[in-house]
Amino acid sequence: MEKFVTHIGKAIPLNRNNVDTDAIIPKQYLKSIKRTGFGPFLFDDWRYNTPGDLDIDVSTREINSEFVLNQDAYQGGSVLLARENFGCGSSREHAVWALTDYGIRAVIAPTFADIFFNNSFKNGLLPVILADEVMDELFSAAEQGEEITIDLPTQEVRAAGKAWEFEIDPFRKHCLLEGLDDIGLTLQKADKIKTYEAQRKQTAPWLFN
Amino acid sequence: MGGKTLYDKLWDIHLVDTDENGASLIYIDRHLVHEVTSPQAFEGLRMANRLPWKLNANLAVADHNVPTTADRVNGIKDPISKAQVDALDANCDEFGITEFKMNDLRQGIVHVVGPEQGATLPGMTVVCGDSHTATHGAFGSLAFGIGTSEVEHVLATQCLVQKKSKSMLVRVDGNVGAGVTAKDIVLAIIGEIGTAGGTGYAIEFAGEAIEALSMEGRMTVCNMAIEGGARAGMVAVDQTTIDYVKGRPYGPTDEQWEQAVAEWRTLHSDADAEFDKVVELNGADIQPQVTWGTSPEMVVPVDTVVPNPDEEADSVKAEGMRKALAYMDLQAGTPIDQISVDKVFIGSCTNSRIEDLRAAADVAKGRKVADNIKLALVVPGSGLVKQQAEAEGLDKVFVEAGFEWREPGCSMCLAMNADRLEPGERCASTSNRNFESRQGKGGRTHLVSPAMAAAAAVNGHFVDVRSI
Repeated sequence: MEKFVTHIGKAIPLNRNNVDTDAIIPKQYLKSIKRTGFGPFLFDDWRYNTPGDLDIDVSTREINSEFVLNQDAYQGGSVLLARENFGCGSSREHAVWALTDYGIRAVIAPTFADIFFNNSFKNGLLPVILADEVMDELFSAAEQGEEITIDLPTQEVRAAGKAWEFEIDPFRKHCLLEGLDDIGLTLQKADKIKTYEAQRKQTAPWLFN
Repeated sequence: MGGKTLYDKLWDIHLVDTDENGASLIYIDRHLVHEVTSPQAFEGLRMANRLPWKLNANLAVADHNVPTTADRVNGIKDPISKAQVDALDANCDEFGITEFKMNDLRQGIVHVVGPEQGATLPGMTVVCGDSHTATHGAFGSLAFGIGTSEVEHVLATQCLVQKKSKSMLVRVDGNVGAGVTAKDIVLAIIGEIGTAGGTGYAIEFAGEAIEALSMEGRMTVCNMAIEGGARAGMVAVDQTTIDYVKGRPYGPTDEQWEQAVAEWRTLHSDADAEFDKVVELNGADIQPQVTWGTSPEMVVPVDTVVPNPDEEADSVKAEGMRKALAYMDLQAGTPIDQISVDKVFIGSCTNSRIEDLRAAADVAKGRKVADNIKLALVVPGSGLVKQQAEAEGLDKVFVEAGFEWREPGCSMCLAMNADRLEPGERCASTSNRNFESRQGKGGRTHLVSPAMAAAAAVNGHFVDVRSI
């Protein structure tokens, strides 16, 4: 997994509540059996006026110039700003893969849906929770073209000469800073898992038939 | 210290380890696998040279991509869908995981198949790379959806690293009236708590109206916990649960059955258990529900009108309502029963079980699908549900009324196969999500119960099912 330490980037203001994972990456792209290549289809239904699919070249599609991702000011943006309940709906990790493949390193919102939030950490995408009032300031900073700094070691977001602290689970922070593989960490506890299984088999043998 | 909630009990039973940061390792009893969220996980196992930790904890079935037309016995025509289903078959064969393949009678929607086979049992932890895994919580199990990285993690370690959620009790006291179903109850709950109301919580559904539900009804309620933001929804074990599980192929038998039932009977919240949040609804107040917008919280009773964003104080919310009305091509103030529909979909992991099909057939019987309806689909949740429905003659009722009777799969709930809405089409759907383009690009979804969907099909517009 790619490490996340400090990131400085242009912010993209997506001023919506309840951005669901169907909107982040529509169902037709879920047929891919790879983890990569989803970036061109990020926010597909909002980004293009014409329909798309895995086998349709995006350069042949009509662009929705009103959508924020298509505006000149936000090209090359790597920090996504959104409103409440970002990533709600389906558990598809493709939503995270589409964001990272596009080049997004962090999403900042007042609240996130649980599964999306969890999936982000597995892919080096940092979801940052900040209060509504702070989000208002970040949205205006983004609209004025200010870059945003996300400093994970100090747990600070900085923009337009101001700084705000954010919370993060210490284990997740550690994994992001080091780029650690979760599975490898859990397998270090293989003995504990085997002990649990042996004990559980005594009380609930029907689970081990 | 107060007693334990059902969630506390399930958590404690499965706790393998807790580290100094409060991250817990939880043991997973059942892992359900489908074709869309698993290929990258199997690829990850191969790349790291890892094998599944406990092979028979896994059960796989293809559901999202499969065609629902009878000609599927000859294979899948769409090459991209076919590649994904083939990948699941190949991965299960390679690693030795049990899979019900597309033309197996037991194939169906993963959340219908698990309970039907007794692969979902009370007291289990059940996970699947699908947000509607909450369905299985109906059995007094801890069930939640996971992403593909976690699918790989469960395959490799039989565990997940989790942080304990907060607990919420949703009590629905009193009994619901005739014509009001589990779907209406859960839509009313989501309307009350909002689509993010359950974020960070595990919800226990309780109260007379929940206890009175069949297992099918409880599954419908738990299924949509995620639409209220909660990864897990659950209902305490009672005699209804135990009666449903008895005799299922993957369930315990003989001495182990007795032993299991003894444990299962403890799976309820203690009388003095405390919840972080309690929400109460009165069953008698719940009416048949219809969603009007692009989020499941945008829901109203059928005998009301489309709400007005100008009356919403929160400006971001009001703007969301305006966007939803524009997308849905609806005017504030329009009576719900004047909204006509183009297509009807009866199916999905929310509402494709035998009881759902019976409720829809009751309405369809002796009636005809209205002329303005371009397509009315009935998609059973599994091959076994289909077989049961056919034994009861429900297929004939539907076909005579003008519905199409299909093979099992997720179908038009998310339109990964050929069943979908065209741009601008409006659908009365028994599925779980009314997001923009969920059922096809530009499609407009209204979520309703099976009886309400059938009533919309035969009337051509929404109608209060209690009035027909």
